[in-house]
Amino acid sequence: MAGTILPFGPQHPVLPEPLHLNLQIEDEIVVSATPAFGYVHRGLEKLADIRDFRQMIQVVERVCGICSMIHALTYCQGLEELMGIEPTPRARFLRVIWSELHRLHSHLLWLGLFADAMGFESLFMQLWKVRERIMDINEATAGNRVILSVNVIGGVRRDLDSGQTAWILSELAEVEKGFSAMSRTILHDYTVQKRTRGKGALSRSQAMELGCVGPMLRASGVSQDMRLLGYAAYGELEFAPVVEQDGDCYARCRVRFAELGQSIGLIRQAIAKLPAGDTSVPVKGRPPAGEVVARAEQPRGECLYYIKANGGKFLDRLRIRTPTFANIPALTVMLPGIELADVPVVLLSIDPCISCTER
Amino acid sequence: MTIEADRIDSVELCRAVAAFKAKGCRFVTITCVGADQRGAELLYHFDRELALSHLRLTVAGDEVPSICGIYSAAFLVENEIQDQFGLRFNGLVPDYRRTLFLAGEDSLPPFRRKSGPDQEE
Amino acid sequence: MVFMIPVVLKNLFGRCATRPYPQSPRQLFAGSRGQLINDAGKCILCGTCARSCPSQCLTVSRKEGLWQYEPFACVFCGVCVEACPAGSLSQLGQWRPAVRERERVVLKVEVKSEKSGVRSEA
Repeated sequence: MAGTILPFGPQHPVLPEPLHLNLQIEDEIVVSATPAFGYVHRGLEKLADIRDFRQMIQVVERVCGICSMIHALTYCQGLEELMGIEPTPRARFLRVIWSELHRLHSHLLWLGLFADAMGFESLFMQLWKVRERIMDINEATAGNRVILSVNVIGGVRRDLDSGQTAWILSELAEVEKGFSAMSRTILHDYTVQKRTRGKGALSRSQAMELGCVGPMLRASGVSQDMRLLGYAAYGELEFAPVVEQDGDCYARCRVRFAELGQSIGLIRQAIAKLPAGDTSVPVKGRPPAGEVVARAEQPRGECLYYIKANGGKFLDRLRIRTPTFANIPALTVMLPGIELADVPVVLLSIDPCISCTER
Repeated sequence: MTIEADRIDSVELCRAVAAFKAKGCRFVTITCVGADQRGAELLYHFDRELALSHLRLTVAGDEVPSICGIYSAAFLVENEIQDQFGLRFNGLVPDYRRTLFLAGEDSLPPFRRKSGPDQEE
Repeated sequence: MVFMIPVVLKNLFGRCATRPYPQSPRQLFAGSRGQLINDAGKCILCGTCARSCPSQCLTVSRKEGLWQYEPFACVFCGVCVEACPAGSLSQLGQWRPAVRERERVVLKVEVKSEKSGVRSEA
């Protein structure tokens, strides 16, 4: 039976996006896994050659729907650094609020998909029902449900009035109630534990060596979170990264679940401290010149933008290193040795976003 | 405004990257900037405790030593650069031979500039 | 599974979480970015919208007096609405309905002489 190669994906019931894995299996045990890509490659980095640097904000938002707000945020922060623009304090806090709303809905989406990968349909439905409230907040405050398009160079495009912030807080209380009701199921249920404990474990040193980011890294005991860099208004808010030690699928699930509460806490702090003032500063002067690296924490982990500009309308080079791109190599280490039936769970545990990976 | 980066050449690359690994740095990514006929510039990014360090490698021609032997995670980004810029990484495992994103038979690497990096549009 | 049973039972006998869509569509929130419309009476054909549009779905031709819009290329980001100096562009509180055929919006605009001092590059 040696040398059976099983193509997993690109169309597979558990996969939200087209990732192809060539699994070499022996008696239902995975021996090696080779990822293959190219199904959703759009060449968005190349688009920087023909779209000017302001239009690129809307382009980078579409690298990935689920982290769109933070993609644009990272890009705008990079350009602001290049152009020497300081966004207003209100804009910085509003960016935190929308970033955390994005993290909330991304993690709820992931928890739902993860439950679906385990075959736990009722949990999946329930979590997505809770998520719908966040989408409503997004639409009411930013105008769109998923691709918020709120960032501009120098600030944000939308503002929140006091009625809206009060409504957000009351909705968040409902969201918190909704996912807290699921906490016993997610954290202590027999089915969940049986499917996730000890699966796809990565030790601390392995995770560091493989360059994992975000919840993957934190589940393996490394306390690293780009929000600690203090970009936007994170430097003025109190939080500590959620860290778990086991490094398996269950630990990743726990990290993401705990981050739901953390995000709600951050939104509450940001609304409480929301300073008055303008939401953006006018951008004057020449187009940017020089090179810069900007980083931010997306729901899936660290995102890195490298921007090189030459003072013209078009950027010289825009490089986007998305979190899934950094987490995919870990799959080639986690998958060998596990049963074929566990592949969906381990695969989903990195929160794969293939649109991000291929751009 | 430029990024502070140590300039190295391809002979020193592996030693310099191994030194980063010995320090316990996390490999972030490689950025290829402006490849054309004369060569290319590669930026290696490493992170340690939220601080980024960079290496700047100027390549003449299109042959680069792979760092897969040091950081195995580099295979994905090196394959991507092979696809997009047409560079060749020596010792890359697994080597997709420019089929990571491309269909395989394409001739010109899409991100590569035809002439100097200054010619835009 | 045991912990989910109360929730499942509550959902089974409780109120429906979804709505029968085509019969009762949900109203959009105020400030939602819906259908893009241009008020031909206010438009000055300056072409600012076309230059700012990230998806390049707008074409303005001053010579022919036409404002053209490709709704299928539009991403509804609202950048053109904010860029419009004449305030003629706006977004309705409803989405474009689904259609069977690809359509293109072509608007004939007559710019009055006192407004035509605006420089145009379209």
